[in-house]
Amino acid sequence: MPIKVLMPALSPTMEEGNLAKWVKQEGDKVEIGDVIAEIETDKATMEVESVEEGTLGKIVVAEGAQGVKVNELIALILEEGEDASALDNVSTDAAPAAEEAPAAPASVPAEPKSEAPVTLPDVEDEPEVPEGTPMKTQTVREALRDGMVEEMRRDDDVFLMGEEVAQYQGAYKISQGMLDEFGERRVIDTPITEHGFTGLAAGAAMAGLRPIVEFMTFNFAMQAIDHIINSSAKTLYMSGGQIHNPIVFRGPNGAAARVAAQHSQDYTAWYSQVPGLVVVHPYSAADYKGLIKSAIRSDNPVVFLENEILYGHSFDVPDVDDFIVPLGKAKIARKGKDVTIVSFGMGMQHSLNAAEELAKEGIEAEVIDLRTIRPLDTETIIRSVIKTGRCVVVEEGWPQASTSSEVAFRVMDQAFDYLDAPVARVCGKDVPMPYASNLEKLALPTVAEVIGAVKAVTYTA
Amino acid sequence: MAASASSAAKKAAKGASRTPVNRTIVEFDKDQELHAYREMLLIRRFEEKAGQLYGMGMIGGFCHLYIGQEAVVVGMQMASKDGDQVVTSYRDHGHMLACDMDPKGVMAELTGRKDGYSKGKGGSMHMFSREKNFFGGHGIVGAQVSIGTGLAFANQYRGNDNVSFIYMGDGASNQGQVYESFNMAKLWNLPAIYVIENNKYGMGTSVERSSSNTDLSQRGISFGIPGEQVDGMDVRAVMAAAERAIEWAREGKGPYILEMITYRYRGHSMSDPAKYRSKEEVQKMRNEHDPIEQVRQRLIDGGFASEDELKSIDKDIRAVVSNAADFAQSNPEPDESELWTDIYMPL
Ligand SMILES: Cc1ncc(C[n+]2csc(CCOP(=O)(O)OP(=O)(O)O)c2C)c(N)n1
Ligand SMILES: [Mg+2]
Repeated sequence: MPIKVLMPALSPTMEEGNLAKWVKQEGDKVEIGDVIAEIETDKATMEVESVEEGTLGKIVVAEGAQGVKVNELIALILEEGEDASALDNVSTDAAPAAEEAPAAPASVPAEPKSEAPVTLPDVEDEPEVPEGTPMKTQTVREALRDGMVEEMRRDDDVFLMGEEVAQYQGAYKISQGMLDEFGERRVIDTPITEHGFTGLAAGAAMAGLRPIVEFMTFNFAMQAIDHIINSSAKTLYMSGGQIHNPIVFRGPNGAAARVAAQHSQDYTAWYSQVPGLVVVHPYSAADYKGLIKSAIRSDNPVVFLENEILYGHSFDVPDVDDFIVPLGKAKIARKGKDVTIVSFGMGMQHSLNAAEELAKEGIEAEVIDLRTIRPLDTETIIRSVIKTGRCVVVEEGWPQASTSSEVAFRVMDQAFDYLDAPVARVCGKDVPMPYASNLEKLALPTVAEVIGAVKAVTYTA
Repeated sequence: MAASASSAAKKAAKGASRTPVNRTIVEFDKDQELHAYREMLLIRRFEEKAGQLYGMGMIGGFCHLYIGQEAVVVGMQMASKDGDQVVTSYRDHGHMLACDMDPKGVMAELTGRKDGYSKGKGGSMHMFSREKNFFGGHGIVGAQVSIGTGLAFANQYRGNDNVSFIYMGDGASNQGQVYESFNMAKLWNLPAIYVIENNKYGMGTSVERSSSNTDLSQRGISFGIPGEQVDGMDVRAVMAAAERAIEWAREGKGPYILEMITYRYRGHSMSDPAKYRSKEEVQKMRNEHDPIEQVRQRLIDGGFASEDELKSIDKDIRAVVSNAADFAQSNPEPDESELWTDIYMPL
């Protein structure tokens, strides 16, 4: 049987083209790789190479033909040993052999999730830390280090790398003492080369190691964001589940104090947009410790956002072996019935202080610490809003396409009927961070703003 | 000061540090010649078939063929040992075949089918095989260089004696992260072999128009990384160079750069009319330097194989490729539920 030569698609978008020229003529010998024709696509004139060898038996579509559909028969090649009589048996008037374009799916399969509608629990949830657990007072800085150290003792595949993490003991002294305990093999000072060392760590994680990458601050991770998203977050999917990325990206994020626009951005919303990433932003020392341990053990890439101001703050931390906080679970940091305040990171401090003040006026705010922003613990938020009917979201990040916009959408979507007021929010102002002390204060959320928002949604202003 | 700075600048001008292309070869024995012939021919036939399936609309998106460059990856792999890793760019089909990945699985990924290496979710540019130590298939020019440096890091961390082969194009060699990687690789003496596949163009931009110094093998000089230019059309020269580089890296001396002088016959991707170079230039490479033709000639001249024996090899390879193509067209598309899988490992 002669071999059919079909009109080729020569670009991702081509549907038809013009047959500009036959380079080979009927009767010509054709080798694999020989140019047989020139075809004009929507973008350019392209040469068509033969993928068969033989003799050009018949030209079906003549030179100069316009609008030839992709996959239409344009010529017949005779195989070795065939003569022209073989052509007689081939019908050439057939319409394009093109496959039916795949029909658009009737519906998109639903994202798998638990079907049960969120309701109020019949019983109170077990507290995360059982009553009577021994506690010790620690700073966020110490808790974070202890969490990393415990995991590095547990698993030789875990290592820490970043600028100034080893000999200098960490730009913010998070890795104090770690070089002494683990040595240069596992606590690694890098050159100032975020793009490179982040990609290197992503590669090491693909090979099965468990890197902790410290960014001196997350502002500098913008140099490396390609590897965080394209190399770490997407690889499990792009490899059909073969290559996972057990890696933690951590460091201080958001505003510190008077370091201005380039050093004061909150990236929570940025990373939380990306499927494949886990995004954590704790507030209390206990959560820093328990969550960094979970992050290191997770087989997923985790963006672990910290707050420089909080590093020095002290909290109660359970004094137990192997204290773990699960990823993906919010925490009710303060119980209340009148309004739900949802926040995370530094926003928690404003929220808890506001709740304290509001209590004096008889308004009992329930304060939810998200802790993990992706995957977002919607259930805990919705349960609370079902109870309170009102919701205020507090964050230091910019307002547009933010964590608060996402929370507000989910509350509207899943608890619309329970709302007694529109969701309100308190965000960082929609400006680059200013340097001047007074302007910086104005740019960040305040306790007064949180109180104002609560009063607005409770109609008590 | 000013005077000496400008004379230094002149010295560093285009081509000033050009090293002679290393054509040192070690003659192949019959088995090696036959092996190289089969491997290269498989890649070529596979790529031609991919081009054809693309023309039929069976393969979508971008599709970058490796035709012309076959000797590079085949020669490199001939010098490698089990456990050595490979990582490359989107021009990756040849590398996967040379890593012994199944042509059916590769072709089925090109057609976006369920038994493709990435279950149809990665496509031509994003494919992996943990089993064969092939770590992608990366669509971001240069990203694979840092990633591959991390694979080398993992070898050193674990104290094994494997090396990582990190392929990049001439165009990619201008990315900043390549130099960040070179620096770390030498600083820590990682077992990383950087293979710059200089096919003379990054899309439509020739090396001369993109690179201040066109001797890419010398790009590691300021980091103390040795490099050499290699005739990347002669699989024997490639293998000999690979052996030098591998020995260097396995001995703990750190990274090594091999600039492979090679050529791609087809356009950058399927939709590239390649107007930036003359037909004569392409034809000359094909006629005078074709990597497969060179081996074929030696097989015949050395009396290693007769025309008939070679014909029968050709036939076997065509059958492998045509089976792969049939499989890739008949294998079903991924189940719709796959839309939502492989996004997270268990938290
Ligand atoms: C970061 C980035 N920039 C641009 C592109 C678009 N692009 C894809 S391939 C390519 C040319 C690369 O040429 P080279 O490195 O020489 O590799 P070759 O295609 O010749 O194998 C460009 C510009 C990309 N994929 N990634
Ligand atoms: Mg190139």
